[in-house]
Amino acid sequence: MEQVLAKQTIGDSEKVIKGKSLWIDAWYRLKRDKIAVASLIIVIFYILIAVLSACGLLAANWAEEVGPSYAAPSADYWLGTDIFGRSVLRKVIHGTQVAISVGFFSSIIAIPIGIALGAVAGYFGGWIDELVVWFYTVFSSIPGIMLLMSIAFILGKGITTVYIALGLTTWIGLARLIRGEVIKHRDREYIQAASSIGLGHGRKLFKHILPNVSHIVIINTSLQFQVAIKSEVILSYLGLGVSGQPSWGTMIDDAKLELARGVWWQLAGATVAMFVVVLAFNILGDALRDSLDPKLKGK
Amino acid sequence: MNSSWNYIIRRILYLIPVLLGVCFLIFILFNVVAGDPVYLLLGKHASVEQAAELREQLGLNKPLFMQYLDVVKSAFTFDFGRSWSTKQEISSMMIQGAIPSLTLTIPAFVISTILSVLFAILVAFYRGKGIDLFIRVTCICMMSISVLVYILVFQNYLAYEFGLFEISGYEYGFPDFVPYVILPIIIWVVLTLGPDIRFYRTMILDEIYQDYVRTARAKGLNEKKVMLKHVLRNAMIPIVTYTVVQLPFLLLGSLLLESFFSIPGLGGMTITALNSSDFPVLKAMTILSAIGIAVFTLIQDILYTVVDPRVKLQ
Repeated sequence: MEQVLAKQTIGDSEKVIKGKSLWIDAWYRLKRDKIAVASLIIVIFYILIAVLSACGLLAANWAEEVGPSYAAPSADYWLGTDIFGRSVLRKVIHGTQVAISVGFFSSIIAIPIGIALGAVAGYFGGWIDELVVWFYTVFSSIPGIMLLMSIAFILGKGITTVYIALGLTTWIGLARLIRGEVIKHRDREYIQAASSIGLGHGRKLFKHILPNVSHIVIINTSLQFQVAIKSEVILSYLGLGVSGQPSWGTMIDDAKLELARGVWWQLAGATVAMFVVVLAFNILGDALRDSLDPKLKGK
Repeated sequence: MNSSWNYIIRRILYLIPVLLGVCFLIFILFNVVAGDPVYLLLGKHASVEQAAELREQLGLNKPLFMQYLDVVKSAFTFDFGRSWSTKQEISSMMIQGAIPSLTLTIPAFVISTILSVLFAILVAFYRGKGIDLFIRVTCICMMSISVLVYILVFQNYLAYEFGLFEISGYEYGFPDFVPYVILPIIIWVVLTLGPDIRFYRTMILDEIYQDYVRTARAKGLNEKKVMLKHVLRNAMIPIVTYTVVQLPFLLLGSLLLESFFSIPGLGGMTITALNSSDFPVLKAMTILSAIGIAVFTLIQDILYTVVDPRVKLQ
């Protein structure tokens, strides 16, 4: 994979630049897409806010009462206050931390499962493949939301539950993609070459095949974050979400009772914050696929 | 022909290990990990004798393997026992709940499929032009808002403030249910339009870059004919098979829409069961949905091989 000859057209002249890796090549292509770069900056900005909030440097005092109950947005309270007179802005910031952490930790659970099962199934084939395919067919036969609900229900309310439930339900797509991709690479010449110099399965799989399919993981992670962020909201509505701290899900769920009283700012704050980052992940995911998937090169 | 029958039969037989696996997963979740539900039902102050009696009644004192067999038996006989909270037969609850669910999901599904295929054809025809970009951006924006926000905002403003629709409730019988399902249908369509248009557009564009399309153009056919006669016919294969896999979800209804609009369908039933820790109903709904998905995925696979001779059987 490393030594891909990349053609880059500059004006009318065609130059052949040698030795550019897929990643560098992809980065150049991504950089040309202004909207994708903007999305990347937005994602980094959200992660920064989440990290600052997790370190207690930002909105650590979200529980503090800053004004009257349900104050509308004004110069004093930028996004208004909630029923307990807490700042909605601080809750949105703390919610960012929850959202990013849900995406991050569910990825940490889902990605290793997906890679391991997909790679082993695709590489070894035979009964191992049958077993893994059966395993993920079983998981995917249960509608995602039902499985998510059941796992969250059984583990009980709390943020760890959200991580685990999402992690255990989102690895299937990745496993399937990795398996398909590994099957394509398994019989290629470079693997035959690796076999001929006496490399073992482990080295062939980890050193040679996996780096060639790792772009799928990157694309998938972008998708994972937005699925996780959206699912957190649904789990909150079902009473299975985060408890004891504000999240976008609980804020949106609170709006059930607030909207009829004309209190729209908590819903609006959480929705806009979520909209921007999910949109950014959406666009980034598409852009990453376009720039990392070599099949589409030049299209 | 012989080999395709072979494939179909093998594919049907494959349902058995899949369903056994689903039962095992449900068994692990509800019978092993979930722990003892007896005190959930009786309250904390129940006596030991009461607890033992209830355990006996619910079959929870059987060895684990027998409990697993009970789950498997329910999946193959559709006898899911009784609900813990309403004491009704679950199978009859399901039959009752299916009708309200279908009155919501079938029209919603038909409308959203027609609309999204039409939009997809439109954007594929004008690919790269302004209208394509506009619709794609709109789709991606619509997909970035939480389901819950759509429901809350539409219900509050369109139904409650402006009084255009019923806020919630349901009535059985043909013309009576209509006013109650209109707003949920609109929300369903809004929710599915984004992802569906994007998906169908990709399906159509996959065909547009094929060689036979270039040939058709080279013959001098105009773009409209190429699209409608050549591209669309081939693109319909994945589109139709994709809609087939959606069908079991129609029966299951919509969890969130039904619960917000108090429609007494299967989706709403599931949420109620969740809130009252009604294990048998949750298990039954999970099994039913898994059977539905497994069967319709099978139908999709078979359809694929029948409709598209290029698909190799193995």
